[in-house]
Amino acid sequence: MSFFARFAQNRGALFGLLILVMVVALALLAPLLYPESPWRMVQRPFLAPGELSGFPLGTDTMGRDVAAGLAHGAWVSLLIGLISTLVALAIGVPLGALAGYFGGWIDDALMRITELFQTIPSFALAIVLVAIMSPSVGSVVAAISIVSWPPVARLVRGEFLSLKQREYVEAARLAGLGHWDLIVRQILPNALSPVIVLASLMIATAILLESSLSFLGLGDPDVMSWGYMIGAARTVMRQAWWLSVIPGVMILLTVLALNLVGEGLDDALNPQLARQRH
Amino acid sequence: MSVFVSLPGRLAATALALCISAAVHAQSAPQSGGVINVAIQPEPPGLMIGLVQNAPTQRISGNIYEGLLRYDAQLQPMPQLASAWEISDDGLTYTFHLREGVQWHDGEPFSADDVVFSTDVFMRETNPRSRAILDHVASIEAPDANTVVFTLKQPFPAFIQAFEVGTLPMVPRHVYADTDFYDNPANNTPIGTGPFKFARWDRGSVIELVKNEDYYEAGKPYLDRIYWHVIPDAASRAAAFENGTLQVMPAGSVENFDLARLEALDGSCMTEAGNEYFNPFAMLWLNNREGPTADKRFRQAVMYALDREFVRNVLWNGLGKVPNGPFSSTLAAHDADLEQYDYDPDKARELLEEMGYDGAPVRLLPLPYGETWTRWAEAVRQNLEDVGIRVTTESTDVAGWNQKISDWSYDIAFTYLFQYGDPSLGIARTYVSSNIAKGSPWNNVEGYANPEVDALFARAAVENDEAARLADFAEVQRILREDVPLAWLLEMGQPTLYRCNVHDLITTGIGLNDGFKNAWIER
Repeated sequence: MSFFARFAQNRGALFGLLILVMVVALALLAPLLYPESPWRMVQRPFLAPGELSGFPLGTDTMGRDVAAGLAHGAWVSLLIGLISTLVALAIGVPLGALAGYFGGWIDDALMRITELFQTIPSFALAIVLVAIMSPSVGSVVAAISIVSWPPVARLVRGEFLSLKQREYVEAARLAGLGHWDLIVRQILPNALSPVIVLASLMIATAILLESSLSFLGLGDPDVMSWGYMIGAARTVMRQAWWLSVIPGVMILLTVLALNLVGEGLDDALNPQLARQRH
Repeated sequence: MSVFVSLPGRLAATALALCISAAVHAQSAPQSGGVINVAIQPEPPGLMIGLVQNAPTQRISGNIYEGLLRYDAQLQPMPQLASAWEISDDGLTYTFHLREGVQWHDGEPFSADDVVFSTDVFMRETNPRSRAILDHVASIEAPDANTVVFTLKQPFPAFIQAFEVGTLPMVPRHVYADTDFYDNPANNTPIGTGPFKFARWDRGSVIELVKNEDYYEAGKPYLDRIYWHVIPDAASRAAAFENGTLQVMPAGSVENFDLARLEALDGSCMTEAGNEYFNPFAMLWLNNREGPTADKRFRQAVMYALDREFVRNVLWNGLGKVPNGPFSSTLAAHDADLEQYDYDPDKARELLEEMGYDGAPVRLLPLPYGETWTRWAEAVRQNLEDVGIRVTTESTDVAGWNQKISDWSYDIAFTYLFQYGDPSLGIARTYVSSNIAKGSPWNNVEGYANPEVDALFARAAVENDEAARLADFAEVQRILREDVPLAWLLEMGQPTLYRCNVHDLITTGIGLNDGFKNAWIER
């Protein structure tokens, strides 16, 4: 069975993929659909969805087009989710690999550092980091990466601990391969599938984190994001509930889609486990 | 037909009812006792009013500290710590007779020495605005324990307007003399002569003031306690007023779009009184020293780029007034004929082109005073970007905002300033070059220096002839309008929301900042 066929066996995953493709398309098309800045005040404030043609989702407290905000916000949310996950992987994978492969004091040292980060509540740490660095896209990405790498390191270390005992690794070692080749070319490729699954879930978490930070007013003040939209509309819940609900639903759908896709990937990458489960 | 009969009948009944209730109202004397809960937004950086001048500090500290005088809605002086005063005919000598039997909160007696210390030493050192006023004063003397004599260098007609608590508060000499004012432990437990004493401050939560039992006006204050609640979220503040947790919402504590709804609640009252003395004026500091904002054409472009009417209508619910220049329209010296900067993005682009603006980004520093200000900064940013100015927004808290502005580390920054009833007190300080000094966010922060403006303000300040004074001020307005040292945004409306059973909440032109000494709760 091909990879995609296995993935497609999970209906939820297909559904998730569909949503995700739509969100990505929205993000990519945002500059074409809404070439103007989403911050532009274009109409009367507090227009309800559908009240005026051309503004399918209405306008916010300042008369800004909610649909434009949603499209540009999709781009920001996905971008921050993706980049911060990549950065977290770039920190977590090497640390986990080194710890798992070498063991001994290297393992001890690296795992103690990891635990240090794991014991601090991640959202609180993210808030502190952004507050210290002053809010911007860069500082938000940095903060999310710093709080999300430890599980990656843990996971990769576990995989390395089990894989390094395997016979093919022993054989490669006897064939005279150095540490670098063993880690990068022999063990790592075989340890990747759970990391990919984890990464898809991490993007979802990162999007949630970014939204929460923006909601609290710690997002980049110059960038339109879903969390910002909810945060700014929160005080007008009574007058215009849709201003909070629409971006809220977008976050919900995107995070749900990423989780479903993650599950599908898990099934596709671990066929034995998947069969047991069904 | 019956309608025509019954309608006047109903009106008569209503009128009768109103008469009765008015009569009952007039008869009911103030009732002592009770606790009042007030919103404070944002949390003040400190309560020592001689050192901290932020609006939330002034709002609370008028209960703890007092000035020599208060001012009514027509800005006429009223007794406070001074029970009587005389001004000599040549306008050079001001003699104040102090009230007797006044005590500090720690039990020490208040005397003329405290007045001399507060004005001649403390406020001269700590507050640039007070210093500018006191520069007109040649000497301050206390011939006896209850008399203080200010001798001026030249006539300064605005001087009698300067004795309000935020401008010249009385601070205790026995606590502050020969100490480092900024490091004095008493700054955390302020000691004044006011109707309420400082009791406790749970940071981020509540500031509690208790009744000063030894207050010199018999029977006052009526309230036992005042709780100032720090609730950072505007919707929560509105809910707290709705459910009765809070009884008074000073201006700025609810979102403007929420005002109409809250005012319509049962037992809810709103007033715009108490705004006469301060008359807050929102503006943008434009750094005249460096960057694109140093170019006059850029600053004019900013004025044309801003859609101020939009902000007034949308963000301020139609409250307030778009100014035509540096003087607010309520001042006698205001020039109504000054040409308005209308919203004209094309003209702004032309000016930017003419100066050769290269798209260098400018930093915008919003005022961290809540949602309205955040949204306002977003609107300003968008207005500026629409004419091609690149803007990056910096976010900060109140302390950081004070710091950045005091250090002149900004390009464009939001602020609002009080007018203090007279251009010589409230306006000159922002434009005269002698008031350029690092370390305060309230002086000539923009770094504008124009000898002509300096001379006109100086001459008008000491001019006893009203017509000549107005002519000088008109000339100043014309020059400032042309130079745009800073961008004038809005004469802010200042509505206070309160529960109708709170009486005599605002009795002077200083409004809530004058303290709660007359306020009482009807039960």
